[in-house]
Amino acid sequence: MRKLLFESLIRPPLIERPPAASDSAVDELARALDGTARKRLGRSLSIRAVDAGSCNGCELEMQALNNAFYDFERFGLRFVASPRHADVLLVTGPVTKNMREALKRTWDATPNPKWVVALGDCARNGGCFAGSYAVVGGVSEVLPVDLHIPGCPPSPVEILKGLLALLDGVNPGTGAARS
Amino acid sequence: MSKRKMPALIDLIEAGRAVEHHAPWRRAVVAPKTWNLAVEQLAEGRWSLLGLWGEPETVHMALLDAADIGVISLKCPGGRYPSVGQRHPPALRLERAAADLFGLLPQGLPDPRRWLDHGQWGISHPLAAGALAEAASATRTPPPAAAYRFLPAEGESLHQIPVGPVHAGIIEPGHFRFTASGETIVRLEESLGYGHQGIEGLMAGSPVERAARLAGRTSGDSTVAYSLAFARAAEAALGVEVPSRAVWLRALMAELERLATHLGDIGAICNDAAFALMHAHCGVLRERVLRASDAVFGHRLMRDRIVPGGVASDLGEAGMTAVRSLVAEIRQRFPHLVELYDNTASLQDRTVATGRLKPELARQYAAGGYVGRASGRDFDARRSPGYPPYDELAFDVPVLQEGDVNARVWIRIREVEQSLSLIEQILERLPGGPIRVGIPEPDEPREGMALVEGFRGDILAWLRIGAGGMVERCHVRDPSWFQWPLLEAAIEGNIIADFPLCNKSFNCSYSGHDL
Repeated sequence: MRKLLFESLIRPPLIERPPAASDSAVDELARALDGTARKRLGRSLSIRAVDAGSCNGCELEMQALNNAFYDFERFGLRFVASPRHADVLLVTGPVTKNMREALKRTWDATPNPKWVVALGDCARNGGCFAGSYAVVGGVSEVLPVDLHIPGCPPSPVEILKGLLALLDGVNPGTGAARS
Repeated sequence: MSKRKMPALIDLIEAGRAVEHHAPWRRAVVAPKTWNLAVEQLAEGRWSLLGLWGEPETVHMALLDAADIGVISLKCPGGRYPSVGQRHPPALRLERAAADLFGLLPQGLPDPRRWLDHGQWGISHPLAAGALAEAASATRTPPPAAAYRFLPAEGESLHQIPVGPVHAGIIEPGHFRFTASGETIVRLEESLGYGHQGIEGLMAGSPVERAARLAGRTSGDSTVAYSLAFARAAEAALGVEVPSRAVWLRALMAELERLATHLGDIGAICNDAAFALMHAHCGVLRERVLRASDAVFGHRLMRDRIVPGGVASDLGEAGMTAVRSLVAEIRQRFPHLVELYDNTASLQDRTVATGRLKPELARQYAAGGYVGRASGRDFDARRSPGYPPYDELAFDVPVLQEGDVNARVWIRIREVEQSLSLIEQILERLPGGPIRVGIPEPDEPREGMALVEGFRGDILAWLRIGAGGMVERCHVRDPSWFQWPLLEAAIEGNIIADFPLCNKSFNCSYSGHDL
């Protein structure tokens, strides 16, 4: 273990390794996102992921945001364990009828101001699951959605871009002061 | 059937009325007596249950004996049929699901509670004949959902801990009801179905292409394996010969998917023991696999890249190089991580002897993947029944007996090594030629099935394509159906704090199970 840790000390970090253009784009994006979050919210952004019946593809890409390439916690952005700690609900899936109530309760447990981001194609309108007896058909059928990030699933970079767009569109101070 | 004592599966199939156009294995409609004889073989442990699914007034069961796979079907007018679960518990949840969806009534089923139906659909038995049309014209509001009755646990100072369906991490929805005595879990009961999207209902009546896309969205982490299982079943039904380059490219994608998920899992299991270093390093390797997959096939998870008739993207020279350098990097870095795992006493302290699954249970439930292989069940669908190109490739199927979290980690480690070797062999011998052929429209109904080894275990796909090329019925059975119940058994007597560790070492699919 000592060897691995030592190597990590002397090896350049993955996120700044040239020449991968996408890596520097991520870096730039995440810094911009952090700056905006601080400006709008006066602090970093806490995100609560809610799987409302996705295929798990979107969850895999959200988890990837935590790996050493994206490492989005270094900017103060983080996934939190409880909706009570969250500013943003990042909701995936077509919202199955079996998850509708749990999703509503998660929203109710999130303090104001709060935003809802629908992640993935099926979170917009049910995607390929639309029309099923078992799905509501999109997050906006249940909660007020502030932003939709398309993709099946969206890549980690696209998720970061989406969160940036969310913060750019939010009015400081007044953001989503709903009920 | 003359030998009443020890029939072979083939005897039972031959005793029934053979169904024409069912490939590659046989299906027969059998009498209740034959059905019960099959249940007896399952209950006595001679055969394994591969799947059980419904249709309006019919129930099907896929079986595996030492040498053969076959499907037996039982007509059940009025929905009644003799329950399999009463004699063979692995069928229980499958029967409860078929009861919810089709209104089938397994007679003697010991657990009649609903499983997928949480009383939220506004319709009962949505896949029963005419149910959806009826519901569309009806305007009544559904009755309020009754609370799920969890099994009781009695004793002094027991307390319950409800967890989910919304979990603390970035995880799929499901509910766990723990009953604990102090820190020790005395009973875990799962309640699933929160992710039920109605995939099989959507597939029915869809063109093959649409059904294939739905199959690829059954479980996101196994999108390649599901697409492969569906495509192989459709191709078996329609008698399509897939070009050999496509067959090899499919195997390349399947091994890349296995590599990515196993690497992710190994790290995540260690992370659940608070050993973040492994998680970080494995996460880097996993990301490398996803990026290579994206570079080569145009999608990080390789979604919709396997299609009925072949594959949708080819591998160029640059792709070849990308995969080669990926394999080289993992070959260089992974052994250090294995050494780290093996030599960290504090980590071993958590994984060794934790969440032990007994080999008898793994055998009884025909548990696939690392869950079965870490508990002595020597089964891998790539080897038996086998499918191309694996018959031309050299690989080992690692098997351990211990059945603990540690064994499930080691099976994954060995399988990472095997997948690296398989990828090298595939790159070495990849044939040229076309990558896709068209699929014909049948003029009469045709049925096909496939058993494919995903990273989690064997995935079963069964379908009937009607005249005109529409899917009449498709059933996809996730390996998790036979693994989730075993998690309940493996966790007993462990402490609550070790549940995430045990759960991650099983890594059952919620969406694949809930469908």
